[in-house]
Amino acid sequence: MRHDSIGAASHPTLTLRDVAKSFGPVVALRSGTLVAQPGSIHALVGENGAGKSTLVKIVAGVHRRDAGEFLLGGEPADFGSTAESKAAGVAVIYQEPTLFPDLSVTENIFMGRQLLGRGRRIDRAAMYAEAARLFAGLGVHIDPRRQALGLSIADQQIIEIAKAISLDARLLIMDEPTAALSGVEVERLFAVARRLRDEGRAIVFISHRFDEVFDLCDTVTVMRDGQYIATKPIADTSVEEIVGLMVGREVAELFPKTPAPIGDPVLQVSGLTASGVFHDVTFEVRAGEIVGLAGLVGAGRSEIARAIFGVDRYDSGSVRVKGCEVPPRDPAAAIRAGMAFVPEDRRRQGLVTEASVTDNITGVIRGSLARFGLLTKRMENAAAGPWAGRLEVKTGALDMNAKTMSGGNQQKVVIAKWLATKPTLLIIDEPTRGIDVGTKAEVHRLLSELAGQGMAILMISSELPEVLGMADRVLVVCEGRITADLPRDRATPEAVMHAATHALTGGHHGHPGGHHGHPGGAQDQQAAS
Amino acid sequence: MTRTYAAYAHPLWRRLLLTREAAVVALVIAVSLWAYSNVPYFGDQLTLTYLLLDVTPILLIALPMTLVIITGEIDLSVASVVGLSSVLLGVLHERGFSIPVAALIALVVGALCGALNGYLVARVGLPSLAVTIGTLALYRGLAIGILGTKAVTDFPSDWTQRASETIGGTGIPAFMWVFLLLAVVFTLALHFSPFGRGVYDIGLGSEAAHFSGVKVERTKFVLFVLSGAVSALAGVFYTLRFGSARGDNAAGLELQVIAAVLLGGVSIFGGRGKLAGVVAGVLLIGIISSALRLQGITVNVINIIIGLLLVLSVISTTVLAWVSDVAARRNRGARPTKTPAGVGTL
Repeated sequence: MRHDSIGAASHPTLTLRDVAKSFGPVVALRSGTLVAQPGSIHALVGENGAGKSTLVKIVAGVHRRDAGEFLLGGEPADFGSTAESKAAGVAVIYQEPTLFPDLSVTENIFMGRQLLGRGRRIDRAAMYAEAARLFAGLGVHIDPRRQALGLSIADQQIIEIAKAISLDARLLIMDEPTAALSGVEVERLFAVARRLRDEGRAIVFISHRFDEVFDLCDTVTVMRDGQYIATKPIADTSVEEIVGLMVGREVAELFPKTPAPIGDPVLQVSGLTASGVFHDVTFEVRAGEIVGLAGLVGAGRSEIARAIFGVDRYDSGSVRVKGCEVPPRDPAAAIRAGMAFVPEDRRRQGLVTEASVTDNITGVIRGSLARFGLLTKRMENAAAGPWAGRLEVKTGALDMNAKTMSGGNQQKVVIAKWLATKPTLLIIDEPTRGIDVGTKAEVHRLLSELAGQGMAILMISSELPEVLGMADRVLVVCEGRITADLPRDRATPEAVMHAATHALTGGHHGHPGGHHGHPGGAQDQQAAS
Repeated sequence: MTRTYAAYAHPLWRRLLLTREAAVVALVIAVSLWAYSNVPYFGDQLTLTYLLLDVTPILLIALPMTLVIITGEIDLSVASVVGLSSVLLGVLHERGFSIPVAALIALVVGALCGALNGYLVARVGLPSLAVTIGTLALYRGLAIGILGTKAVTDFPSDWTQRASETIGGTGIPAFMWVFLLLAVVFTLALHFSPFGRGVYDIGLGSEAAHFSGVKVERTKFVLFVLSGAVSALAGVFYTLRFGSARGDNAAGLELQVIAAVLLGGVSIFGGRGKLAGVVAGVLLIGIISSALRLQGITVNVINIIIGLLLVLSVISTTVLAWVSDVAARRNRGARPTKTPAGVGTL
């Protein structure tokens, strides 16, 4: 540790050892271990779904751990609410802070614990002075009297940090704070972080950008699949080693995709742009092909899929299915063109959870089931039954609510609903998120089988092994652009992670259109320097 | 196909009898029998005629209102549309238009009123509660603005008689045929068509419905237009029945309609309810008020009783839902009902 000014402590600020957390059948965290020392910045890295966010939420009091050791400054801790964790000196700075936009910066900092003057009246002058003192201590210039509305995300984060300091937080967790910041703003945030470190606070820094991790942090902990992998001093490690630790696992046997003959293009997307979300996205998916859309959460993958299906708007570009242009903003037209879309958020978008299995399965095809415009439950049950059977949906009866089913069964219902439309193109966003292992394998086998029958499949997944195992071709999305187009034999974990994180070596960019050296990328490099 | 499924978890009798609708129908029968044997004159044919004539506007408007509420929206402007259409009928009649033509124009204006609501709710995306509170005042204002405080009463007697005519010697108003026709159309649309399934899906999860290709905006727009048109029809009936066109006709009727719809088992949160229950709900309110009025009980007391009934019915729904939720949870063991969204997002 570089700094041990205060605390000179025998105890680390935060100790988590073998912490576990499950949500029903889904294990989010197997054994999380993290030791953060005072006066040190500790990086926490791992793929999507490695368990970082669950770990943070346990420390922040959002979730309660199922097992494991949790010490704060050497004392056992167990938070039932975020308020308890705040009171114990923990502060979490999220990627996008949630301030009250109509209140002033100062009122936001002192929300719920305003300074009181004579006669228990709020002492604004004292609050403004205190806020100004906090900002001065952080070395930033923000007017304490201005409204929070219209502040940049970077300034909002600083206000969250100021709030944490005014609460005298011992431990600051920054959850991907730089994802939405520009180069200069990142520099300012780092300066603030270093100041806090020098005051003897412990900082946990979560980031996907290795340049930042190596620039800012003293120690790094790697997680994978909900498990602690290793902790290394930054001085003794390299980007290659960290990437290796993050992805290090055999993927080939897990997710078999049987080879299928690849046919004509089914989906052709060209120049698709929605300003601020994704830019100039061009690719195609052929019959019998599974194309994986990889990248970090927030890179714009789901947004691209939703725009293709017509749920979200886009500014320019075109979407064609089998050569015919699909109109924008019209899911019904996309369905007619042969598209099916299994969305990311099963409970809100994929299913009507309060409706029955039958109603869900026939949710799209019922228009064509009707005879003379009329539709009976009997007709719907007759249509839904075979599809439920084909996917082996586990339910007592077809009129049971989808709400009570397990995640895996719900996903089967969603897939059944879309297969019933006999689509030529299946877009599937996070096919196995929150699903138990057995059902996961079933879903993978099914996707492989469908591709074998000539269906074109566009699969979005945050699980790298799933993408690498299933996809014939991997498109990597980074900050709204396709930064790599990797055929199966070149799609290694390292290549995908590099393209997805703007890591130091950029040798895998191979996408037509040549977006190399885009200003966004240049900015990140600048931030690192 | 590797397995087959039972279509229903429960036998037919249970699905038919252990429902909210069955409970309301049972109440209608029970209250009728009680009134028949205890309330003097309740069994008279004239009582039946007046009872049905009184509830006809509510019955009519409750049809589209049910669909609107099932989508999770509400239309508070219906009674004002009744007033506006009543005034239009009167004014047009004064200007020499025949009753059918005047009625047709009133219907078109009613549909336009509904279209404005629908545009603001479905297209612009404003909350229907706010929009229709606004148009409640707007349409009522127009009605009173057009006719002032006077009334048009010189309607041709053959038309006013036609409005309260009964079928043969049954005592049932002939206008019930119109209601019956509309009820069949709305029942087919809601319970036996893909459109109706979409209406329920919108109420239960409008985002999921949109993701499944349901035309959420268009469905809501159509329902508001229907609500406006049927309200205007109710206005025409109301005017002819009382032979009087006034700007303040049917003021406050929207609350009676909504009360009856909720009493009939439609969830104010959308997604649940059946037209059969709603019709029973309207009749229940009609029978109770009629019986109590024959007992000489004042309208204020009747309102108190119906208000209490409504509150109790809403409470009973919540309690029942809670009980079945607890039972279901016990059956499944202590499995959490939610998978936190945070799993695997980092």
